[in-house]
Amino acid sequence: MTPILRKLLLTVLGWIVALVIAFPVIWMVLTSFKSETEAISRVPHLFAHLSLTNYVAVQERAKYLHFAWNSVIVSFGSTLLALLLAIPAAYAMAFLPTPRTRGTLLWMLSTKMMPSVGVLVPVYLLFRDAGLLDTRVGLVLVDALGILPVVVWMLYTFFKEVPREVLEAGRMDGAGPLREVYNLLLPLSMPGIVSTSLLAVILTWNEAFWSLTLTTSKAAPLTAFIASFSSPEGLFYAKLSAASTMAIAPILVLGWAGQRQLVRGLTFGAVK
Amino acid sequence: MTTAQANTAEALGLQQRSSSPRARLLTLPAVVLLLLWSVLPLIVTLWFSFRRYNLMNPGHTGFDGLGNYRYLFSDPGLGMAVWNTVLLLGSVLVITIGVGTLIALLLDQEFYGRGFARVLMLAPFFVMPTVSALLWKNMMMHPDNGFLAFLMRSVGLKPIDWFAVAPLTSIIIIVSWEWLPFAVLTLLTAIQSLDAERKEAARMDGAGPIAMFRYIIWPHLGRAVAATTMIETIFILGIFAEIYVTSSGGPGFASTNLSFLIYRYVLMEYDIGGAAVAGLLAIVLANVLAFFLLRSFARNLDT
Amino acid sequence: MATVDLQQLRKTYNSVEIIKGIDLTVRDQELTVFVGPSGCGKSTLLRMIAGLEEITSGELLIDGQRVNEVPAAKRGLALVFQSYALYPHMTVAENMSFSLKLAGVSKAEREAKVMEAARILHLEPLLDRKPKELSGGQRQRVAIGRAIVRHPRLFLFDEPLSNLDAALRVRMRQELTKLHRELKATMIYVTHDQVEAMTMADRIVVLQAGVVEQVGTPMELYQHPKNLFVAGFIGSPRMNFLTAIVVSVSDARVALELTDGTVIHASLPASAVSVGHTITLGIRPEHIRLSATGSIGAQVQLVERLGSESYVYVQANSGEVLTVRVSGEVNVAPEEKVRLAPDSDFLHLFDAIGQRIS
Repeated sequence: MTPILRKLLLTVLGWIVALVIAFPVIWMVLTSFKSETEAISRVPHLFAHLSLTNYVAVQERAKYLHFAWNSVIVSFGSTLLALLLAIPAAYAMAFLPTPRTRGTLLWMLSTKMMPSVGVLVPVYLLFRDAGLLDTRVGLVLVDALGILPVVVWMLYTFFKEVPREVLEAGRMDGAGPLREVYNLLLPLSMPGIVSTSLLAVILTWNEAFWSLTLTTSKAAPLTAFIASFSSPEGLFYAKLSAASTMAIAPILVLGWAGQRQLVRGLTFGAVK
Repeated sequence: MTTAQANTAEALGLQQRSSSPRARLLTLPAVVLLLLWSVLPLIVTLWFSFRRYNLMNPGHTGFDGLGNYRYLFSDPGLGMAVWNTVLLLGSVLVITIGVGTLIALLLDQEFYGRGFARVLMLAPFFVMPTVSALLWKNMMMHPDNGFLAFLMRSVGLKPIDWFAVAPLTSIIIIVSWEWLPFAVLTLLTAIQSLDAERKEAARMDGAGPIAMFRYIIWPHLGRAVAATTMIETIFILGIFAEIYVTSSGGPGFASTNLSFLIYRYVLMEYDIGGAAVAGLLAIVLANVLAFFLLRSFARNLDT
Repeated sequence: MATVDLQQLRKTYNSVEIIKGIDLTVRDQELTVFVGPSGCGKSTLLRMIAGLEEITSGELLIDGQRVNEVPAAKRGLALVFQSYALYPHMTVAENMSFSLKLAGVSKAEREAKVMEAARILHLEPLLDRKPKELSGGQRQRVAIGRAIVRHPRLFLFDEPLSNLDAALRVRMRQELTKLHRELKATMIYVTHDQVEAMTMADRIVVLQAGVVEQVGTPMELYQHPKNLFVAGFIGSPRMNFLTAIVVSVSDARVALELTDGTVIHASLPASAVSVGHTITLGIRPEHIRLSATGSIGAQVQLVERLGSESYVYVQANSGEVLTVRVSGEVNVAPEEKVRLAPDSDFLHLFDAIGQRIS
């Protein structure tokens, strides 16, 4: 087989695989521009009469922006809160390690393994009694705790790569602990912090369990909004597709932009 | 420990500073919150598991001994749910890592538009669970309007009513689709980090493509596979939204996993006691898995 | 501008003692070198002075004040790291002025001080570059510049030249010595390289396994090593050692018998040893001559010619391999039988536990 032929075959194969995997998403986006009748036609039209009417309808009828705004507040809020808690912890673990550090890190990860449902009952009752049900504050809190172990681990991995001596040089230059973190550690590990935040935003944006169980409408983010389309009366494929497309678009763009960093982050540096 | 070891420890920055109060102070907020988040609900759950407590009947509470346990263990749904949880996790892991390795090997080859193909393949990972569940349920697997039904009709077959005939399989397909890109990306990154000279040395030693994979690439993927397994396990053990949106655990308990079983107890039957017992069971199951997985993961990080 | 006093300083990691009770005074305006093999604790000791390692017990005094608990940031010392540890996200000028900025020094004054340091270190054209755009030698200068802009009362150097190539190392050695003279500053310099220690130090502290073996000027250490360790560590090529037994003691003269029966005479007060003692005889390579009348028989194994001089490696009849330094004109070849004449005025004698006999 000549190299050119081999490359052509690989190209065909590669593209078929990629298109098959991405097909449901592509199909959904296409459907979102069709009319409802075309959308449920038994013989699919690839490109029918495409229009934006579904998008307009989704916003008018279902207040897409209200849910989208909740999603933004909750994902960014919980990411910020998790970072605030995780940065000092990861700093201490990376630069002031004790014999217990490794155990603490693994324990943190093990809490993440505990399925959320395991704690659903107490959390639900606690939220009910504290008046946090269906509030954005409540969801921010829960989501922040949910991603905290992952965020601590990722930051720990990235902080470990900052040469210890550079921070010590800062200390010799007269930098106190706050300066050391603010002027040296944070700028030096900025790419890591960005990819950590990116992943945290993606995970919280897509978080469904707590959104579905702890919110109903007022604080419901897009995950819950989309779920409401599963009821029979809401089954309008084209509008559902439009709503879904709008729900995933921001994260899809963010995720594509940061795909390289995501791997290292998500595997805690085990894969570089 | 010898002096030499102490020096290595020093070089690695592993000094013992357990006396440092600053270190403890800085980790404290995160540790305390996580402790509250994981241990406190566990205790409350444990407490509820011994009590009669139904939200529909709030006056009628009290100590119930092992009543909830007896009730739960006599529930035919429980065995199904545990089995479904394990089956779901196992199938998704095998599919994503198996297929993921093949696709990663493909993406490791040079071809036209490789970068864009990779980006395209990543898409499912960023789609929120509720959207992917609805998308598959209505537009792919629907027996009348679904694209799969169209394909089957086109070749003269009778379309399958996926969620009626094979509800768990359908959910396995959806979850595998969601997690395939993550496995591909991780394994691809690992494959690409393989030293080119090592591959060249193997080729000089006469290794063909299969021997190359078997003896050079696959051993190198160990860490990546361990990491992928752990991360996927963390998220897949608690799969909920995909079931909630598509099959609601049915028909019967055919697609109910532990997560969804507990949800059924709490928000459909308002039985807090029963939910607490199921929750405990989920935690025990998770901890058994976590114990083995974390141990092998930690070992992998060391090497 | 500063004296440093160490009193019974100790450091323990995971219940292993790394620094085992060190007493030492670093004098004002002197360049003191801590030297020793890797793992001897010299860097740890330096980092304890810097404030980067906790002191397990003992007292650390700077200018008479106890600073055990003062954090590194407040000790007012400068440390030049082996890896340079420059701030990768700052330019050369920012690297050098960071400490001044933290100290609240005005912008104009900061610039003046950076310019002055840059002039001394020939860094003016590089001030706007980032560390990754610099060569190893330039980074080294920036690291030193970062230390000198602050006029610290004490400079600490942790093997600062070990990442440079040989030629650059020799040049930086000279520049640092010159800098020390110009700044009249107190400096502590850690190295494992005894040549650096000999050439730069006002005073050398030889460390081994967490204890001080000897403190002294370079020539004191060279001429009067207190024990076998210092004798073997200081000097290149190393000192030769021969095992011998004391066979007779007369007034100020001792006769020593090597293992092959050769007898050598050394001047030594009679009270120091008695007949029958086993001792170690040390002779530096430059204190042995090749001479037909020499007392020690040997066979040449290898000759290294450096041009001006040659090192002749011989095996003595008693079995030990010895190094002899001879002038470059001397002609010897491997396999040749030679006789060696040690200079009896420069013999070093060590007792059975390795302590100098004098």
